Amino acid sequence: MVPLSWYIMLSAVVFSIGVLGFLMRRNLIMVFLSIELMLNSINISLAAFSHYLQSITGQIMVFLVITVAAAEAAIGLAILMAFYKNNPTIKADEINLLKG
Amino acid sequence: MSHLRSMILISPELLLVLTALSLLLLDFLVRRKGTLAVAGAAGIFISAYVNYRLIKVGMTGGTIQGMFAFDGYANFFKLIFYTTLLLTILLSVKYLAIEKISAGEYYSLLIFSTVGMMIMAAATDLLMLYLGLELMALSTYILAGIVRGDRRSNEAALKYFFLGAFSSAFLLYGITLVYGLTGSTNLREIASALHSLKLAESPITMLSLIFFITAFGFKIALAPFHMWAPDVYEGAPTPVTAFMSAGPKAAGFAVMGRVLFDVFGGLQMQWSIILEPLAILTIAVGSIIALSQTNIKRMLAYSSIAHAGYALIGIVIGTPEGFVSTMNYLMIYMIMNMGAFGVVIMLKREGFSGENLEDYAGLAKRHPVASALMLVFMFSLTGIPPTAGFIGKFYIFMEAVYAGHIYLVIIAALFSAVSAFFYLRVVMYMYMKEPAGDISLSTSKTAGIALAFAVIMVLVIGVFPSLLLNFARNSFFG
Repeated sequence: MVPLSWYIMLSAVVFSIGVLGFLMRRNLIMVFLSIELMLNSINISLAAFSHYLQSITGQIMVFLVITVAAAEAAIGLAILMAFYKNNPTIKADEINLLKG
Repeated sequence: MSHLRSMILISPELLLVLTALSLLLLDFLVRRKGTLAVAGAAGIFISAYVNYRLIKVGMTGGTIQGMFAFDGYANFFKLIFYTTLLLTILLSVKYLAIEKISAGEYYSLLIFSTVGMMIMAAATDLLMLYLGLELMALSTYILAGIVRGDRRSNEAALKYFFLGAFSSAFLLYGITLVYGLTGSTNLREIASALHSLKLAESPITMLSLIFFITAFGFKIALAPFHMWAPDVYEGAPTPVTAFMSAGPKAAGFAVMGRVLFDVFGGLQMQWSIILEPLAILTIAVGSIIALSQTNIKRMLAYSSIAHAGYALIGIVIGTPEGFVSTMNYLMIYMIMNMGAFGVVIMLKREGFSGENLEDYAGLAKRHPVASALMLVFMFSLTGIPPTAGFIGKFYIFMEAVYAGHIYLVIIAALFSAVSAFFYLRVVMYMYMKEPAGDISLSTSKTAGIALAFAVIMVLVIGVFPSLLLNFARNSFFG
């Protein structure tokens, strides 16, 4: 039996990797994947909590998070495509039209 | 029976969703795009009327197994959202024609976003709150980038999307921690579990509180989390900017108020300590950086950041009366801000952005009415009586003084004086400079209605402040 705290630690570590990736990666696709990593780390802890609390809510939430993440991916990639058509770059440092 | 009651209580939202979906279909069928705006406005009016009737017949309470509340608190915010939505549609008609934006998608996304906000304001379950927030956010990401050929609009959408998705992951992590701690996502059950299990002092509770504040801070553009706001507000189409600075901001405050007061009510000391420096920093950053802006949309973005800071003071003081003054402030800010953006939108015409401060030089000579309107809105944003902006700030400051936060009020009042510089600079340009070239306005009947409504409300609330304040108080205390 794996104790709950292991799952929570795994989730926290993956979440932190996601946050660091978001802040440090300069490639927009990688930044996008970092957000997905954050959402999936949350799914790990939700599923673990759901199992240990014997409550179904957590697993329902996992499905909702997956659904929302899919919608988010669709919209995010669409925005990225629209952007790329006008500015052929996916480097975060080169997106600097708006500043001041 | 209980299903029927649930359906009735969420019928305003359902009607809005129906309106949005039928607008998407109508887009293929009708040729004149003005019809879509009329159809959309009709749907919104029906939904608002149904909501009003439900309040009148005394419908109240929770529904869908306690996930959704139909109460005065939600209804006050819904009024803000309905008004924002209608004003945005009225201001957009001409702009859409100039920018050649597809009207059906645009209006239905606006309505979907509003449904998301209404769900946020009414949610009494963290799950529902998250879904409402995502519905609002995902629709607004697209709206920010709806001018696909415009690089600035692309970039605004991209930045908004990445930072928005980042912040909602934080919200979700906060929700997960609370769920793991208490075994529930219902706000009331969480509050009672935190109380009965003596978890209020637990570090995990504090951690989730910090995650919640971070996520809401992103949504309402509080100071360390505000970096996205100026870029997004500048790049997005102006009506969308007006919408974003009023609706989603108020929705952020609505969930913030509900979560902080209902769930973390026992931790009021702690969240006040966290929020107080954020409020000061937000007001300072917004007011100081706005001084150096020459793009009026960017200036209004920083002004919007500063105003979020003022509204936050009502939450910092942590009393119910304080939050009533925040609600009052949000309503007033929405109206005057929509008005100011309305004038900015009118300056836009084909091949001319009308966003630079120089474009306002000598506006009063050519267009005295538009300049007078802008004057009223700028005075109101500064907080000069007898406009509504003064009343909003006055009540916030008064409640803060009653609660003993005198230093906070002194700092806020000082920065309010600083903000007079950049608001009145617009007035100075309009009235005291010579016009540089020919200025023509893209006026339309619909924009005229929206601006007339905004200016009348700003003056009426400024002269009879108790009307709105009593309404906010009755809504909050039920």
